[in-house]
Amino acid sequence: MARAISRRKKIMWTALAWSLGLLIFFPILWTFLTSFKSEATAIADPPVFFMFDWTTENYTTVLERSNYPLALTNSIIIAVGSTILGIVIAVPAAWAMAFVPGKRTKDVLLWMLSTKMLPAVGVLYPLVLLAKWLGVMDSRLLLIVVLMLINLPIIVWMLYTYFREIPGEILEAARMDGASLKSEILYVLTPMALPGIASTILLNIILAWNEAFWTILLTTVDAAPLTKFIASFSAPEGLFYAKLSAASIMAIAPILIMGWFSQKQLVRGLTFGAVK
Amino acid sequence: MATQQSKAAARLMIAPAVFVLLVWMLVPLCMTLYFSFADYRPMRGVFETWIGFSNYESFVTSSSFLRAVGTTLWMVTGILSITIIGGVLFALLLDQPMFGQGIVRILVIAPFFVMPTVSALVWKNMFFNVDNGLFSYLYKFLGLQPFDFLSQAPLFSIIVIVAWQWLPFATLILLTAVQSLSSEQLEAAEMDGAPGIKRFWYIILPHLSRAITVVILIQTIFLLSIFAEIFVTTNGAFGTRTLTYLVYQRVLESQNIGLGSAGGIIAVILANIIAIFLMRIVGKNLDN
Repeated sequence: MARAISRRKKIMWTALAWSLGLLIFFPILWTFLTSFKSEATAIADPPVFFMFDWTTENYTTVLERSNYPLALTNSIIIAVGSTILGIVIAVPAAWAMAFVPGKRTKDVLLWMLSTKMLPAVGVLYPLVLLAKWLGVMDSRLLLIVVLMLINLPIIVWMLYTYFREIPGEILEAARMDGASLKSEILYVLTPMALPGIASTILLNIILAWNEAFWTILLTTVDAAPLTKFIASFSAPEGLFYAKLSAASIMAIAPILIMGWFSQKQLVRGLTFGAVK
Repeated sequence: MATQQSKAAARLMIAPAVFVLLVWMLVPLCMTLYFSFADYRPMRGVFETWIGFSNYESFVTSSSFLRAVGTTLWMVTGILSITIIGGVLFALLLDQPMFGQGIVRILVIAPFFVMPTVSALVWKNMFFNVDNGLFSYLYKFLGLQPFDFLSQAPLFSIIVIVAWQWLPFATLILLTAVQSLSSEQLEAAEMDGAPGIKRFWYIILPHLSRAITVVILIQTIFLLSIFAEIFVTTNGAFGTRTLTYLVYQRVLESQNIGLGSAGGIIAVILANIIAIFLMRIVGKNLDN
Protein backbone atom coordinates (compact mmCIF):
# COMPACT_ATOMS: atom_id res chain seq x y z
CA MET A 1 0.00 0.00 0.00
CA ALA A 2 2.70 2.45 1.03
CA ARG A 3 4.58 1.45 -2.05
CA ALA A 4 1.67 2.28 -4.33
CA ILE A 5 1.38 5.75 -2.83
CA SER A 6 5.09 6.45 -3.26
CA ARG A 7 4.82 5.28 -6.85
CA ARG A 8 1.95 7.65 -7.48
CA LYS A 9 3.97 10.42 -5.85
CA LYS A 10 6.90 9.58 -8.05
CA ILE A 11 4.75 9.82 -11.17
CA MET A 12 3.40 13.16 -9.98
CA TRP A 13 6.88 14.55 -9.36
CA THR A 14 7.99 13.21 -12.73
CA ALA A 15 5.14 14.97 -14.53
CA LEU A 16 5.79 18.26 -12.75
CA ALA A 17 9.56 18.17 -13.22
CA TRP A 18 9.34 17.21 -16.88
CA SER A 19 6.85 19.96 -17.72
CA LEU A 20 8.84 22.64 -15.93
CA GLY A 21 12.10 21.32 -17.37
CA LEU A 22 10.67 21.42 -20.89
CA LEU A 23 9.37 24.94 -20.26
CA ILE A 24 12.88 26.11 -19.38
CA PHE A 25 14.33 24.24 -22.32
CA PHE A 26 11.64 25.44 -24.73
CA PRO A 27 13.50 28.45 -26.22
CA ILE A 28 16.34 26.15 -27.27
CA LEU A 29 13.92 23.55 -28.62
CA TRP A 30 12.01 26.22 -30.51
CA THR A 31 15.22 27.57 -32.04
CA PHE A 32 16.13 24.04 -33.06
CA LEU A 33 12.76 23.46 -34.72
CA THR A 34 12.79 26.86 -36.45
CA SER A 35 16.23 26.18 -37.89
CA PHE A 36 14.68 23.41 -40.02
CA LYS A 37 11.77 25.50 -41.31
CA SER A 38 11.49 27.66 -44.38
CA GLU A 39 11.49 31.38 -43.61
CA ALA A 40 7.76 31.53 -44.38
CA THR A 41 6.95 28.64 -42.04
CA ALA A 42 9.13 30.20 -39.35
CA ILE A 43 6.71 33.11 -38.97
CA ALA A 44 3.52 31.20 -39.83
CA ASP A 45 0.41 32.26 -37.93
CA PRO A 46 -0.51 30.16 -35.98
CA PRO A 47 2.97 28.81 -35.21
CA VAL A 48 3.82 25.35 -36.51
CA PHE A 49 5.49 22.93 -34.12
CA PHE A 50 6.42 19.65 -35.75
CA MET A 51 4.28 19.22 -38.83
CA PHE A 52 6.24 21.06 -41.48
CA ASP A 53 8.55 20.23 -44.33
CA TRP A 54 11.88 19.82 -42.60
CA THR A 55 14.71 21.36 -44.55
CA THR A 56 18.42 21.73 -43.95
CA GLU A 57 18.56 24.58 -46.43
CA ASN A 58 19.16 27.19 -43.70
CA TYR A 59 22.26 25.42 -42.53
CA THR A 60 23.77 25.24 -45.98
CA THR A 61 22.86 28.87 -46.67
CA VAL A 62 24.45 30.07 -43.44
CA LEU A 63 27.55 27.98 -44.04
CA GLU A 64 27.96 29.08 -47.64
CA ARG A 65 26.95 32.69 -47.78
CA SER A 66 28.16 34.41 -44.71
CA ASN A 67 31.24 34.85 -42.61
CA TYR A 68 30.09 31.93 -40.56
CA PRO A 69 32.99 29.56 -41.29
CA LEU A 70 35.48 32.28 -40.38
CA ALA A 71 33.63 33.06 -37.14
CA LEU A 72 33.50 29.37 -36.26
CA THR A 73 37.23 29.00 -36.91
CA ASN A 74 37.91 32.08 -34.81
CA SER A 75 35.79 30.77 -31.93
CA ILE A 76 37.62 27.46 -31.94
CA ILE A 77 41.08 29.02 -32.15
CA ILE A 78 40.36 31.60 -29.46
CA ALA A 79 38.66 29.22 -27.02
CA VAL A 80 41.21 26.44 -27.42
CA GLY A 81 44.19 28.78 -27.63
CA SER A 82 43.34 30.75 -24.51
CA THR A 83 42.67 27.51 -22.65
CA ILE A 84 45.99 25.93 -23.59
CA LEU A 85 47.90 29.09 -22.72
CA GLY A 86 46.05 29.32 -19.42
CA ILE A 87 46.75 25.68 -18.55
CA VAL A 88 50.44 26.06 -19.33
CA ILE A 89 50.72 28.99 -16.94
CA ALA A 90 48.33 27.63 -14.30
CA VAL A 91 49.47 24.01 -13.88
CA PRO A 92 52.87 24.85 -12.35
CA ALA A 93 51.35 27.53 -10.13
CA ALA A 94 48.53 25.31 -8.87
CA TRP A 95 50.93 22.42 -8.39
CA ALA A 96 53.28 24.52 -6.29
CA MET A 97 50.48 25.97 -4.20
CA ALA A 98 48.91 22.57 -3.55
CA PHE A 99 52.08 20.64 -2.70
CA VAL A 100 54.50 23.23 -1.37
CA PRO A 101 52.12 25.57 0.44
CA GLY A 102 53.76 28.57 2.05
CA LYS A 103 52.52 31.14 4.51
CA ARG A 104 51.17 33.34 1.78
CA THR A 105 49.60 30.69 -0.47
CA LYS A 106 46.09 31.47 0.69
CA ASP A 107 46.59 35.20 0.16
CA VAL A 108 47.95 34.63 -3.34
CA LEU A 109 44.96 32.45 -4.23
CA LEU A 110 42.48 34.98 -2.91
CA TRP A 111 44.27 37.82 -4.65
CA MET A 112 44.10 35.90 -7.93
CA LEU A 113 40.38 35.45 -7.48
CA SER A 114 39.96 39.13 -6.73
CA THR A 115 41.35 40.00 -10.17
CA LYS A 116 38.38 38.09 -11.59
CA MET A 117 36.06 40.53 -9.84
CA LEU A 118 37.43 43.52 -11.72
CA PRO A 119 34.64 44.87 -13.94
CA ALA A 120 35.77 44.69 -17.54
CA VAL A 121 34.37 48.10 -18.33
CA GLY A 122 36.83 49.65 -15.88
CA VAL A 123 39.76 48.76 -18.12
CA LEU A 124 38.00 48.98 -21.49
CA TYR A 125 39.66 52.04 -22.94
CA PRO A 126 43.24 51.24 -21.88
CA LEU A 127 42.89 47.85 -23.48
CA VAL A 128 41.58 49.29 -26.73
CA LEU A 129 44.41 51.82 -26.66
CA LEU A 130 47.11 49.25 -25.91
CA ALA A 131 45.75 46.92 -28.58
CA LYS A 132 45.82 49.68 -31.19
CA TRP A 133 49.27 50.79 -30.07
CA LEU A 134 50.63 47.24 -30.37
CA GLY A 135 48.79 46.79 -33.67
CA VAL A 136 46.90 43.73 -32.45
CA MET A 137 43.35 45.11 -32.55
CA ASP A 138 40.95 42.62 -34.15
CA SER A 139 43.47 39.79 -33.96
CA ARG A 140 43.05 36.28 -32.58
CA LEU A 141 46.22 36.70 -30.56
CA LEU A 142 44.75 39.61 -28.61
CA LEU A 143 41.63 37.66 -27.72
CA ILE A 144 43.59 34.55 -26.81
CA VAL A 145 45.65 36.60 -24.35
CA VAL A 146 42.74 38.60 -22.92
CA LEU A 147 40.47 35.60 -22.46
CA MET A 148 43.35 33.65 -20.92
CA LEU A 149 43.86 36.47 -18.42
CA ILE A 150 40.22 36.78 -17.40
CA ASN A 151 39.90 33.02 -16.92
CA LEU A 152 43.31 32.33 -15.39
CA PRO A 153 42.07 32.78 -11.79
CA ILE A 154 39.37 30.15 -12.36
CA ILE A 155 41.85 27.75 -13.96
CA VAL A 156 44.38 28.11 -11.14
CA TRP A 157 41.64 27.75 -8.57
CA MET A 158 40.09 24.63 -10.09
CA LEU A 159 43.44 22.93 -10.60
CA TYR A 160 44.43 23.80 -7.03
CA THR A 161 41.31 22.14 -5.61
CA TYR A 162 41.89 19.05 -7.75
CA PHE A 163 45.59 18.81 -6.91
CA ARG A 164 44.89 19.18 -3.22
CA GLU A 165 42.86 15.99 -3.33
CA ILE A 166 45.91 14.02 -4.42
CA PRO A 167 47.32 12.45 -1.24
CA GLY A 168 50.68 13.94 -0.29
CA GLU A 169 51.94 10.59 1.04
CA ILE A 170 52.27 9.28 -2.47
CA LEU A 171 54.60 12.13 -3.31
CA GLU A 172 56.62 11.58 -0.17
CA ALA A 173 56.92 7.89 -0.96
CA ALA A 174 58.16 8.74 -4.40
CA ARG A 175 60.67 11.17 -2.91
CA MET A 176 61.89 8.54 -0.46
CA ASP A 177 62.48 6.23 -3.39
CA GLY A 178 64.75 8.91 -4.74
CA ALA A 179 62.51 10.27 -7.45
CA SER A 180 63.66 13.62 -8.76
CA LEU A 181 61.30 16.57 -8.99
CA LYS A 182 61.03 15.96 -12.70
CA SER A 183 60.14 12.30 -12.49
CA GLU A 184 57.86 13.04 -9.55
CA ILE A 185 55.81 15.34 -11.73
CA LEU A 186 56.02 13.20 -14.83
CA TYR A 187 55.30 9.72 -13.49
CA VAL A 188 53.51 10.19 -10.20
CA LEU A 189 51.58 13.40 -10.38
CA THR A 190 50.54 13.74 -13.98
CA PRO A 191 48.55 10.50 -14.24
CA MET A 192 46.66 11.40 -11.05
CA ALA A 193 46.09 14.99 -12.08
CA LEU A 194 44.90 14.35 -15.62
CA PRO A 195 41.16 14.00 -14.87
CA GLY A 196 41.18 17.32 -13.00
CA ILE A 197 43.11 19.01 -15.79
CA ALA A 198 40.67 17.62 -18.36
CA SER A 199 37.63 19.00 -16.53
CA THR A 200 39.33 22.34 -16.10
CA ILE A 201 40.03 22.49 -19.82
CA LEU A 202 36.41 21.64 -20.59
CA LEU A 203 34.94 24.34 -18.35
CA ASN A 204 37.40 26.91 -19.58
CA ILE A 205 36.60 26.25 -23.23
CA ILE A 206 32.92 26.78 -22.40
CA LEU A 207 33.62 30.07 -20.63
CA ALA A 208 35.89 31.34 -23.40
CA TRP A 209 33.45 30.29 -26.13
CA ASN A 210 30.59 32.23 -24.57
CA GLU A 211 32.51 35.34 -23.47
CA ALA A 212 30.64 38.29 -24.95
CA PHE A 213 32.21 41.52 -23.78
CA TRP A 214 35.78 41.52 -25.04
CA THR A 215 34.98 39.36 -28.05
CA ILE A 216 32.41 41.92 -29.21
CA LEU A 217 34.36 45.07 -28.43
CA LEU A 218 37.88 44.05 -29.47
CA THR A 219 37.02 42.56 -32.87
CA THR A 220 35.53 43.81 -36.10
CA VAL A 221 35.69 41.12 -38.80
CA ASP A 222 38.98 39.24 -39.05
CA ALA A 223 39.07 37.84 -35.52
CA ALA A 224 35.32 38.03 -34.81
CA PRO A 225 34.16 34.80 -33.17
CA LEU A 226 30.59 33.46 -33.11
CA THR A 227 29.44 35.77 -30.29
CA LYS A 228 30.19 38.79 -32.45
CA PHE A 229 28.92 37.14 -35.63
CA ILE A 230 25.56 36.37 -34.03
CA ALA A 231 25.36 39.91 -32.62
CA SER A 232 25.48 41.21 -36.20
CA PHE A 233 22.05 39.63 -36.71
CA SER A 234 20.53 42.14 -34.29
CA ALA A 235 19.78 44.78 -36.94
CA PRO A 236 17.64 43.16 -39.67
CA GLU A 237 13.96 42.43 -39.08
CA GLY A 238 11.58 40.22 -40.99
CA LEU A 239 12.34 37.08 -42.94
CA PHE A 240 15.43 35.76 -41.23
CA TYR A 241 14.28 33.71 -38.26
CA ALA A 242 15.12 30.35 -39.78
CA LYS A 243 18.65 31.41 -40.71
CA LEU A 244 19.21 33.08 -37.35
CA SER A 245 18.10 29.83 -35.73
CA ALA A 246 20.41 27.71 -37.85
CA ALA A 247 23.37 29.98 -37.08
CA SER A 248 22.44 29.94 -33.38
CA ILE A 249 22.11 26.17 -33.17
CA MET A 250 25.50 25.69 -34.79
CA ALA A 251 27.00 28.23 -32.37
CA ILE A 252 25.64 26.60 -29.22
CA ALA A 253 25.52 22.89 -30.05
CA PRO A 254 29.15 21.96 -29.34
CA ILE A 255 29.16 23.87 -26.06
CA LEU A 256 25.80 22.47 -24.98
CA ILE A 257 27.17 18.98 -25.38
CA MET A 258 30.38 19.82 -23.52
CA GLY A 259 28.38 21.59 -20.84
CA TRP A 260 26.28 18.54 -20.14
CA PHE A 261 29.44 16.61 -19.42
CA SER A 262 30.81 19.22 -17.05
CA GLN A 263 27.85 19.95 -14.74
CA LYS A 264 29.74 19.01 -11.61
CA GLN A 265 32.88 20.91 -12.54
CA LEU A 266 30.74 23.96 -13.12
CA VAL A 267 29.84 24.13 -9.44
CA ARG A 268 33.44 23.66 -8.39
CA GLY A 269 34.82 26.09 -10.92
CA LEU A 270 32.37 28.91 -10.46
CA THR A 271 31.92 28.91 -6.70
CA PHE A 272 35.64 28.71 -5.94
CA GLY A 273 35.02 25.81 -3.60
CA ALA A 274 32.59 27.76 -1.44
CA VAL A 275 29.82 25.23 -2.08
CA LYS A 276 30.51 21.52 -1.87
CA MET B 1 58.87 18.24 4.50
CA ALA B 2 59.36 20.95 1.95
CA THR B 3 63.01 21.66 1.47
CA GLN B 4 64.57 25.02 0.83
CA GLN B 5 65.16 23.98 -2.73
CA SER B 6 61.59 22.91 -3.41
CA LYS B 7 60.34 26.15 -1.91
CA ALA B 8 62.42 28.15 -4.32
CA ALA B 9 61.19 25.97 -7.16
CA ALA B 10 57.61 26.51 -6.02
CA ARG B 11 58.06 30.25 -6.05
CA LEU B 12 59.44 30.04 -9.55
CA MET B 13 56.43 28.01 -10.66
CA ILE B 14 53.92 30.47 -9.24
CA ALA B 15 55.76 33.48 -10.60
CA PRO B 16 54.44 33.50 -14.20
CA ALA B 17 50.79 33.33 -13.12
CA VAL B 18 51.26 36.06 -10.53
CA PHE B 19 53.23 38.21 -12.95
CA VAL B 20 50.70 38.14 -15.81
CA LEU B 21 47.78 38.77 -13.48
CA LEU B 22 49.63 41.60 -11.78
CA VAL B 23 50.37 43.26 -15.11
CA TRP B 24 46.81 42.60 -16.29
CA MET B 25 45.41 44.23 -13.20
CA LEU B 26 47.78 47.11 -12.69
CA VAL B 27 48.63 48.48 -16.12
CA PRO B 28 45.12 49.07 -17.53
CA LEU B 29 43.73 50.06 -14.15
CA CYS B 30 46.43 52.67 -13.62
CA MET B 31 45.77 53.98 -17.12
CA THR B 32 42.06 54.27 -16.39
CA LEU B 33 42.89 56.03 -13.15
CA TYR B 34 45.19 58.41 -15.03
CA PHE B 35 42.58 59.18 -17.71
CA SER B 36 39.89 59.69 -15.10
CA PHE B 37 41.72 62.80 -13.93
CA ALA B 38 42.27 64.08 -17.48
CA ASP B 39 40.08 65.89 -19.96
CA TYR B 40 40.59 63.51 -22.86
CA ARG B 41 38.32 63.68 -25.90
CA PRO B 42 40.33 62.33 -28.87
CA MET B 43 37.61 63.10 -31.44
CA ARG B 44 37.93 66.80 -30.68
CA GLY B 45 41.66 66.73 -30.14
CA VAL B 46 41.35 67.70 -26.49
CA PHE B 47 43.89 66.36 -24.06
CA GLU B 48 44.55 68.08 -20.76
CA THR B 49 46.34 65.91 -18.23
CA TRP B 50 45.19 67.07 -14.82
CA ILE B 51 41.79 68.51 -14.21
CA GLY B 52 41.30 67.22 -10.66
CA PHE B 53 38.10 65.49 -9.72
CA SER B 54 35.85 67.29 -12.18
CA ASN B 55 35.24 64.13 -14.27
CA TYR B 56 34.04 62.33 -11.17
CA GLU B 57 31.94 65.32 -10.25
CA SER B 58 30.23 65.57 -13.61
CA PHE B 59 29.81 61.81 -13.90
CA VAL B 60 28.20 61.43 -10.49
CA THR B 61 26.03 64.54 -10.70
CA SER B 62 24.68 63.86 -14.20
CA SER B 63 21.11 62.61 -14.28
CA SER B 64 22.17 59.65 -16.45
CA PHE B 65 24.37 58.35 -13.61
CA LEU B 66 21.55 58.20 -11.08
CA ARG B 67 19.25 56.64 -13.65
CA ALA B 68 21.92 54.10 -14.60
CA VAL B 69 22.46 53.16 -10.95
CA GLY B 70 18.70 52.78 -10.53
CA THR B 71 18.45 50.63 -13.66
CA THR B 72 21.38 48.49 -12.52
CA LEU B 73 19.81 47.96 -9.11
CA TRP B 74 16.43 47.03 -10.59
CA MET B 75 18.01 44.69 -13.07
CA VAL B 76 20.28 42.93 -10.57
CA THR B 77 17.54 42.68 -7.93
CA GLY B 78 15.00 41.41 -10.44
CA ILE B 79 17.30 38.76 -11.84
CA LEU B 80 18.49 37.71 -8.38
CA SER B 81 14.93 37.32 -7.06
CA ILE B 82 13.85 35.21 -10.01
CA THR B 83 16.94 33.02 -10.04
CA ILE B 84 17.13 32.48 -6.28
CA ILE B 85 13.44 31.69 -5.77
CA GLY B 86 13.27 29.66 -8.96
CA GLY B 87 16.59 28.01 -8.17
CA VAL B 88 15.51 26.90 -4.69
CA LEU B 89 12.25 25.49 -6.04
CA PHE B 90 13.96 23.70 -8.91
CA ALA B 91 16.66 22.32 -6.63
CA LEU B 92 14.02 20.89 -4.28
CA LEU B 93 12.04 19.56 -7.23
CA LEU B 94 15.05 17.87 -8.81
CA ASP B 95 15.83 16.26 -5.45
CA GLN B 96 12.50 14.40 -5.46
CA PRO B 97 12.22 10.79 -6.65
CA MET B 98 11.26 10.76 -10.33
CA PHE B 99 11.80 9.05 -13.65
CA GLY B 100 14.47 10.47 -15.94
CA GLN B 101 15.97 12.79 -13.34
CA GLY B 102 19.21 13.11 -15.29
CA ILE B 103 17.38 14.26 -18.41
CA VAL B 104 15.33 16.87 -16.55
CA ARG B 105 18.55 18.15 -15.02
CA ILE B 106 20.07 18.49 -18.46
CA LEU B 107 17.00 20.36 -19.75
CA VAL B 108 17.12 22.79 -16.84
CA ILE B 109 20.82 23.61 -16.98
CA ALA B 110 21.01 23.95 -20.77
CA PRO B 111 20.35 27.74 -20.93
CA PHE B 112 23.57 28.41 -19.03
CA PHE B 113 25.60 27.13 -21.97
CA VAL B 114 23.90 29.30 -24.57
CA MET B 115 26.09 32.24 -25.53
CA PRO B 116 24.62 35.59 -24.40
CA THR B 117 24.21 37.02 -27.89
CA VAL B 118 22.28 33.95 -29.05
CA SER B 119 19.90 33.89 -26.11
CA ALA B 120 19.28 37.63 -26.33
CA LEU B 121 18.53 37.47 -30.07
CA VAL B 122 16.37 34.36 -29.82
CA TRP B 123 14.25 35.96 -27.10
CA LYS B 124 14.16 39.31 -28.86
CA ASN B 125 13.02 38.00 -32.23
CA MET B 126 11.26 34.74 -31.68
CA PHE B 127 9.49 35.48 -28.41
CA PHE B 128 9.24 39.21 -27.76
CA ASN B 129 8.81 40.47 -31.34
CA VAL B 130 5.44 42.18 -31.62
CA ASP B 131 4.70 40.96 -35.16
CA ASN B 132 6.10 37.46 -35.28
CA GLY B 133 7.06 36.57 -31.71
CA LEU B 134 5.52 33.55 -29.99
CA PHE B 135 4.21 35.70 -27.14
CA SER B 136 2.25 37.79 -29.63
CA TYR B 137 0.58 34.66 -30.98
CA LEU B 138 -0.17 33.62 -27.43
CA TYR B 139 -1.72 37.01 -26.67
CA LYS B 140 -3.80 36.87 -29.85
CA PHE B 141 -4.85 33.32 -29.04
CA LEU B 142 -6.09 34.52 -25.65
CA GLY B 143 -7.91 37.38 -27.37
CA LEU B 144 -5.56 40.06 -26.08
CA GLN B 145 -3.78 42.88 -27.86
CA PRO B 146 -0.17 41.86 -28.71
CA PHE B 147 2.32 43.51 -26.44
CA ASP B 148 5.58 45.02 -27.66
CA PHE B 149 7.83 43.75 -24.88
CA LEU B 150 11.12 45.36 -25.77
CA SER B 151 9.75 48.89 -26.17
CA GLN B 152 6.91 48.74 -23.61
CA ALA B 153 8.71 46.80 -20.89
CA PRO B 154 12.36 46.75 -21.96
CA LEU B 155 13.86 46.37 -18.49
CA PHE B 156 11.51 43.52 -17.66
CA SER B 157 12.34 41.82 -20.97
CA ILE B 158 16.07 41.95 -20.34
CA ILE B 159 15.53 40.68 -16.80
CA VAL B 160 13.63 37.70 -18.25
CA ILE B 161 16.39 36.93 -20.74
CA VAL B 162 19.23 37.11 -18.23
CA ALA B 163 17.26 35.32 -15.50
CA TRP B 164 16.65 32.50 -17.96
CA GLN B 165 20.40 32.25 -18.50
CA TRP B 166 21.30 32.30 -14.80
CA LEU B 167 18.51 30.15 -13.35
CA PRO B 168 20.49 26.98 -14.21
CA PHE B 169 23.52 28.28 -12.30
CA ALA B 170 21.49 28.93 -9.16
CA THR B 171 19.66 25.62 -9.53
CA LEU B 172 22.84 23.61 -9.97
CA ILE B 173 24.61 25.11 -6.96
CA LEU B 174 21.55 24.96 -4.72
CA LEU B 175 20.94 21.37 -5.82
CA THR B 176 24.47 20.51 -4.72
CA ALA B 177 23.68 22.08 -1.35
CA VAL B 178 20.29 20.35 -1.04
CA GLN B 179 21.86 16.98 -1.72
CA SER B 180 24.34 17.48 1.11
CA LEU B 181 21.47 17.88 3.59
CA SER B 182 21.35 14.89 5.91
CA SER B 183 18.22 12.89 5.26
CA GLU B 184 18.13 11.70 8.87
CA GLN B 185 17.34 15.16 10.12
CA LEU B 186 14.54 15.56 7.59
CA GLU B 187 13.14 12.11 8.33
CA ALA B 188 13.18 12.84 12.06
CA ALA B 189 11.21 16.04 11.42
CA GLU B 190 8.78 14.14 9.24
CA MET B 191 8.27 11.51 11.94
CA ASP B 192 7.56 14.23 14.44
CA GLY B 193 4.83 15.37 12.11
CA ALA B 194 6.35 18.64 10.98
CA PRO B 195 4.46 19.79 7.88
CA GLY B 196 6.30 20.44 4.61
CA ILE B 197 6.31 24.22 5.00
CA LYS B 198 7.84 24.01 8.47
CA ARG B 199 10.46 21.52 7.35
CA PHE B 200 11.35 23.86 4.51
CA TRP B 201 11.48 26.94 6.71
CA TYR B 202 13.32 25.55 9.73
CA ILE B 203 15.58 22.89 8.26
CA ILE B 204 16.05 23.23 4.51
CA LEU B 205 16.28 27.00 4.17
CA PRO B 206 18.82 27.49 7.00
CA HIS B 207 20.89 24.70 5.47
CA LEU B 208 20.79 26.47 2.10
CA SER B 209 21.56 29.93 3.45
CA ARG B 210 25.28 29.70 2.79
CA ALA B 211 24.84 28.45 -0.76
CA ILE B 212 22.25 31.17 -1.38
CA THR B 213 24.69 33.80 -0.15
CA VAL B 214 27.38 32.47 -2.46
CA VAL B 215 24.99 32.43 -5.43
CA ILE B 216 23.90 36.00 -4.68
CA LEU B 217 27.47 37.29 -4.44
CA ILE B 218 28.81 35.51 -7.51
CA GLN B 219 25.80 36.38 -9.63
CA THR B 220 25.91 40.01 -8.53
CA ILE B 221 29.50 40.30 -9.67
CA PHE B 222 28.67 38.84 -13.07
CA LEU B 223 25.34 40.68 -13.38
CA LEU B 224 26.93 44.05 -12.70
CA SER B 225 28.75 43.66 -16.00
CA ILE B 226 25.86 42.49 -18.17
CA PHE B 227 26.68 43.76 -21.61
CA ALA B 228 25.84 41.62 -24.64
CA GLU B 229 22.18 41.19 -23.72
CA ILE B 230 21.68 44.96 -23.69
CA PHE B 231 23.92 45.48 -26.71
CA VAL B 232 21.82 43.34 -29.04
CA THR B 233 18.35 44.10 -27.67
CA THR B 234 17.89 47.78 -26.81
CA ASN B 235 21.43 49.13 -27.14
CA GLY B 236 20.86 50.98 -23.87
CA ALA B 237 17.71 52.76 -25.00
CA PHE B 238 14.32 52.88 -23.20
CA GLY B 239 15.78 53.05 -19.71
CA THR B 240 17.92 49.93 -19.92
CA ARG B 241 21.23 51.75 -19.58
CA THR B 242 23.09 50.17 -16.70
CA LEU B 243 26.23 51.59 -15.14
CA THR B 244 28.39 49.26 -17.24
CA TYR B 245 26.57 50.30 -20.38
CA LEU B 246 26.80 53.99 -19.53
CA VAL B 247 30.56 53.72 -19.12
CA TYR B 248 30.83 51.80 -22.39
CA GLN B 249 28.88 54.51 -24.21
CA ARG B 250 30.93 57.34 -22.71
CA VAL B 251 34.19 55.65 -23.60
CA LEU B 252 33.56 54.11 -27.01
CA GLU B 253 30.51 55.88 -28.42
CA SER B 254 30.89 59.51 -27.36
CA GLN B 255 34.66 59.10 -26.91
CA ASN B 256 34.77 61.13 -23.73
CA ILE B 257 37.58 59.09 -22.24
CA GLY B 258 38.06 61.18 -19.10
CA LEU B 259 34.43 61.02 -18.10
CA GLY B 260 34.08 57.35 -19.00
CA SER B 261 37.22 56.45 -17.06
CA ALA B 262 35.89 58.16 -13.96
CA GLY B 263 32.74 56.06 -14.40
CA GLY B 264 34.88 52.96 -14.85
CA ILE B 265 36.70 53.61 -11.58
CA ILE B 266 33.37 54.04 -9.80
CA ALA B 267 32.20 50.70 -11.26
CA VAL B 268 35.41 49.07 -10.02
CA ILE B 269 34.87 50.44 -6.51
CA LEU B 270 31.25 49.24 -6.40
CA ALA B 271 32.20 45.76 -7.60
CA ASN B 272 34.99 45.58 -5.03
CA ILE B 273 32.62 46.25 -2.17
CA ILE B 274 30.69 43.11 -3.12
CA ALA B 275 33.86 41.17 -3.87
CA ILE B 276 35.15 41.74 -0.33
CA PHE B 277 32.17 39.85 1.12
CA LEU B 278 32.61 37.01 -1.33
CA MET B 279 36.32 36.79 -0.60
CA ARG B 280 35.63 36.47 3.12
CA ILE B 281 33.41 33.45 2.57
CA VAL B 282 35.83 31.83 0.14
CA GLY B 283 38.77 32.56 2.44
CA LYS B 284 37.06 31.01 5.44
CA ASN B 285 36.33 27.90 3.43
CA LEU B 286 39.96 27.62 2.44
CA ASP B 287 40.97 27.05 6.06
CA ASN B 288 38.98 23.87 6.54
